[in-house]
Amino acid sequence: MTLFTEFGRYLLMLKGMFSKPENMKMYWKELMHQCNEIGIGSLGIVIIISFFMGAVSALQTAYQLVSPVIPMSTVAQIVRDTVILEFAPTLVCIVLAGVVGSKIASELGNMRVSEQIDALEIMGINTRAYLVLPKIMASIIVIPLLVVLSAALGIYGGQLASTTAGILSPSQYETGLLQYFQPYNVFFALVKAYTFSFLISSIPAYYGYHVEGGALEIGRASTKSVVVSCVSILGADYVLAAILLH
Amino acid sequence: MIEVKNIKKGFGERTVLNGVSVTMQAGKCNLIIGASGSGKTVFMKLMVGLMVPDQGEICYDEKDFNKLNNEEKKEIRQQIGMLFQGSALFDSLTVEQNIMFPLNMFTKDTYAQKLKRVNEVLERVRLKDVNRKFPAELSGGMKKRVGIARAIVLNPKYLFVDEPNSGLDPQTSLVIDKLVQELTLEYNITTVVNTHDMNSVMEIGDHIIFMYQGKKEWEGSNKEIIFNKNERLNEFIFASEFLKDAKDMRMLEQTGKIDNNRDMDKLIG
Ligand SMILES: Nc1ncnc2c1ncn2[C@@H]1O[C@H](COP(=O)(O)OP(=O)(O)OP(=O)(O)O)[C@@H](O)[C@H]1O
Ligand SMILES: [Mg+2]
Repeated sequence: MTLFTEFGRYLLMLKGMFSKPENMKMYWKELMHQCNEIGIGSLGIVIIISFFMGAVSALQTAYQLVSPVIPMSTVAQIVRDTVILEFAPTLVCIVLAGVVGSKIASELGNMRVSEQIDALEIMGINTRAYLVLPKIMASIIVIPLLVVLSAALGIYGGQLASTTAGILSPSQYETGLLQYFQPYNVFFALVKAYTFSFLISSIPAYYGYHVEGGALEIGRASTKSVVVSCVSILGADYVLAAILLH
Repeated sequence: MIEVKNIKKGFGERTVLNGVSVTMQAGKCNLIIGASGSGKTVFMKLMVGLMVPDQGEICYDEKDFNKLNNEEKKEIRQQIGMLFQGSALFDSLTVEQNIMFPLNMFTKDTYAQKLKRVNEVLERVRLKDVNRKFPAELSGGMKKRVGIARAIVLNPKYLFVDEPNSGLDPQTSLVIDKLVQELTLEYNITTVVNTHDMNSVMEIGDHIIFMYQGKKEWEGSNKEIIFNKNERLNEFIFASEFLKDAKDMRMLEQTGKIDNNRDMDKLIG
């Protein structure tokens, strides 16, 4: 299948998600269920990587700052900006593309292969609306929250690492954090987070929903969806940086 | 009533259905029989719109299903109950939740009402103490019965069952056959059953369609099938040498002689 037909099918799936819900309460329940699965399900890994990426970037920045004219508090400033601009949104979303993406793709793939999707269709339920839309919406709701949490934890991790290593005192770190702070960066990070969370839910949903065959194909679909989501995150990352940062 | 008009369906080079026309009547058990791989499941999926025919029409009360818009399709589908060959139970839900799912989606009943209905249908398929079990914990035959329970829980107007009896012992088979028949008569349902179980054919076959190599080879009732003169059908029904002998012996007992050009009407009479 060519890239164009795949992309067309992807758009058709997205378009097909919008129809009047058969029963609002059930859709709401499904949305909450997915928020829980995606949000709580990946909380642990997000906490761990955020903390360490902040800590490591503090140590490595300090190591690179050899000039005597630059005050050490700059470390905090650099940690803050790299975490907010790149690490929290992009790195976390790439990890989530693996965690959340493979889960979405294999869940839908399994439902497709075992005819559960057909069974829902037969009941007169729009499965794109009932199965795909809540997953994408849940991702768009919870992943940006995870990104914000990740940024905070990353900055905190940086503080902990640099104070235990004796590079900075906590008050110096705080001074550094407030230097040249640009709220626009937070806005930029959120734009990225929303874009990526859409990508890492809709792409795996596409591959999972359209699985044909058996268990082997479910595995393939989930691998493929992770690869494609990661690449599209990087592409979108570049495009957003080019558009929004001058 | 469902009218299938000259339907064709192939996958790549392979033609599975090649011009089948048939009318599925309301209040009757319409049985589709045929060898494994003869296209029964494909035929059923075409009828419910899970597959689209290459050619031909499927009409629900005179309306061509594939020409309807999504909302109209949904409306018809909400009157369809279907058992899939592989049961297709939702494996993240318990048996009770599986059967309750259509009720949750399409009714405003209270939980107690829904639970009552669930237990009612579970009883009808002869299942007990399985409410809290997950599909993975059930045997194949139990899954089938849960699938049937889910298909009938909303009292459908059209009921499709793909091999209800495969994996069931003869007694449970009979219970399921009788259940399908009862429901069909009770609610005047248009029922379509795929099977290769000859017991069911004899038991409930009001209207039997024999599929052979993508075509409708024979059509008739369970009364007519015993004395049919179609070679391919007879080969299918009397698959074993033993059955062939049994058939001839019965003939001998009834008529005193084995007559290859037997007169059907006289024998039934
Ligand atoms: N999705 C598909 N893609 C390609 N070929 C298919 C597909 N579905 C069915 N077929 C082919 O269509 C033919 C009929 O299959 P079908 O499942 O309808 O048989 P069946 O009569 O239901 O058999 P059984 O009694 O074993 O269930 C088979 O040869 C099968 O290979
Ligand atoms: Mg079949």
